[in-house]
Amino acid sequence: MTALVPMPVIMPLLAAALTLLLGRRPRLQRAVSVCVLVAVLLVAVTLLALTWRGEPLVVAVGGWVAPLGIVLVADRLAALMLVVSATVTLAVLVYSIGQGMADGEEEAPLSVYHPTYLVLTAGVANAFLAGDLFNLYVGFEILLVASYVLLTLGGTETRVLLGTTYVVVSLLSSLIFLTGLGLVYAATGTLNLAQLAGRLDALPEHVRLVLQGVLLLAFGIKAAVFPLSAWLPDSYPTAPAPVTAVFAGLLTKVGVYAIIRSETLLFPGGPVTGLLLVLALLTMVVGILGAVAQSRIKRLLSFTLVSHIGFMLFGIGLAGPPGLAAAIFYAVHHIVIQTTLFLAAGLVERRGGTTDMDRLGGLARISPLLGVVFLVPALNLAGIPPFSGFLGKVGLLQAGVADGGPLAWTLVAGGLVTSLLTLYAVARVWDRVFWRAPHAEMPGPDDTTHTVRARAGREPYSDIAGHAGTMLPRLMVGPTVALTVVSVALTAVAGPLFELSGAAAVDLLERVPYVRAVFPEGVP
Amino acid sequence: MTTNLVYVITVGVLVAAGVTMLLERSLTRVLMGVILFGNGVNLLILSGGRLGGPPIVGRGGREPLSDPLPQAMILTAIVITLGVSAFLLAMAYRSWQLVGHDEVRDDVEDRRIAGLAARDQGLDSGDGDTPGDRAATGRAGGAAGNGGGAAGAP
Repeated sequence: MTALVPMPVIMPLLAAALTLLLGRRPRLQRAVSVCVLVAVLLVAVTLLALTWRGEPLVVAVGGWVAPLGIVLVADRLAALMLVVSATVTLAVLVYSIGQGMADGEEEAPLSVYHPTYLVLTAGVANAFLAGDLFNLYVGFEILLVASYVLLTLGGTETRVLLGTTYVVVSLLSSLIFLTGLGLVYAATGTLNLAQLAGRLDALPEHVRLVLQGVLLLAFGIKAAVFPLSAWLPDSYPTAPAPVTAVFAGLLTKVGVYAIIRSETLLFPGGPVTGLLLVLALLTMVVGILGAVAQSRIKRLLSFTLVSHIGFMLFGIGLAGPPGLAAAIFYAVHHIVIQTTLFLAAGLVERRGGTTDMDRLGGLARISPLLGVVFLVPALNLAGIPPFSGFLGKVGLLQAGVADGGPLAWTLVAGGLVTSLLTLYAVARVWDRVFWRAPHAEMPGPDDTTHTVRARAGREPYSDIAGHAGTMLPRLMVGPTVALTVVSVALTAVAGPLFELSGAAAVDLLERVPYVRAVFPEGVP
Repeated sequence: MTTNLVYVITVGVLVAAGVTMLLERSLTRVLMGVILFGNGVNLLILSGGRLGGPPIVGRGGREPLSDPLPQAMILTAIVITLGVSAFLLAMAYRSWQLVGHDEVRDDVEDRRIAGLAARDQGLDSGDGDTPGDRAATGRAGGAAGNGGGAAGAP
């Protein structure tokens, strides 16, 4: 069964090559992308089923055994993240196909979209599966390069100018990561994660601290942890709606995953956990204060994204099984929720012609379904009781209370305040965009004249005004509804999911299962 | 493990020069910075491994073989840097095509605050376009942090 492990990386990469060749046949291109992502989802689910009760699955790529060769490791955490990322990428792909078809993309095909998107999913999967620090770097680079292309798709002025910030900041974080790699290799002579776990323990405390600091800095930029988060709200909202959705849902979480992996397997305990808690508090509070001040939906959501990274960091900083389990649960919940919210924001933009809250209104009456797909994830994000956001937050707060330190209590208070402010921020969106009387410039429910005008002034994969009044295509609404259902279903499966994330957390902190799976005959 | 002092100094100079260039406004200079920084880091990785003869079995002399792993990693890193440099160059060119220069803009919040400040002073800049930005940079300097700027804005 170990043959399945590299599939989530290989299949999208091969399909990317194929779709690039099929650039002139958009229909076939779309079919290939969807089929491959469905297959990836199935593989991911199988991997999760196999690792749920069993040992981590390990593949030595090319038959070169560790530590010389590269290993791919699918343990519970990696398999769980793969399932969630495959679900989200599939939904977003269908959404973007819906958007492209509705915009009459056949006449002006953007043939690079599908290959790049598939490369992005391969990069994300590679980062999750990497059992080697250098392979993790390569995974990051694959997904980052794909994300540069997706962010500047079409090469319009705003995208190129604002995308520059993202590209330069990401490049800097990659260089810092590479520096960290060089230092780790110089200090230990290996980059295999399982082997590093033992060798880093043997290093003097101050050397470990330097290595940990450099890696944490690199991952912190990718995860948008507070002092390193300023790039995110600027660059994400300019991209096309589906691209922003997948970036917001997944890319920062890959950074969080890297932090979880490195803080547990490589540098357990130590003085940095206190620093992580302080950063978590700052990320939560500063992020949400930024969100409250925004008047554009996508920018507001980007700030809530930064803010809620703080919750996951809180769980990691507690450095115990309950905190880590809650952080993993929260990451799963947040990937789904944040993607859904950005997809819903894309629908709002399409229906209302803008995401500026001052120029929208009454959408709940014009399109009740749109109201539901925004309200449910929004309440979920704020942590209203039946939803998974509430359960995740309760898990984190319980872990914080159980920890009992003054810093943990401060974070519990900070988490509560952040939840309230999140509720305020999303309620403001709901109130102004959906609930109040329709804005004078808004297209009416049966207004079809706008459609004609929109067709004339369209631009492929652009969300800028011009689509106002277009009826929402089914292929765009469908995935958004599906993800909303998934997010609600997380509540129904919360029991098993918490059990799984708890088991994953225990494994991570013990470190033995991971190391034993990579080196069954003892670490060389 | 011993390492060569010349290596270490070269790495330091390359990284320092790279960081200085990264702080420039023009994207082309930023790209130069990335390349210098990247080369510095590559040398750092190389100096982390064992030094010696060429790592080819059967071809080496009497001296011990050097560590081949850092060399493989550097090759990968060089390829990645090459691809990214090409992309950055394309971006700089596109930016030049569109607006006539390749300068990185201030972030949105900074521009908004600069606009508000300009309005307070009775000036009519702050239209959000790039020439205004550069003039406004000095005034918005205090609000460098994005989050802080957002929290302060009404």
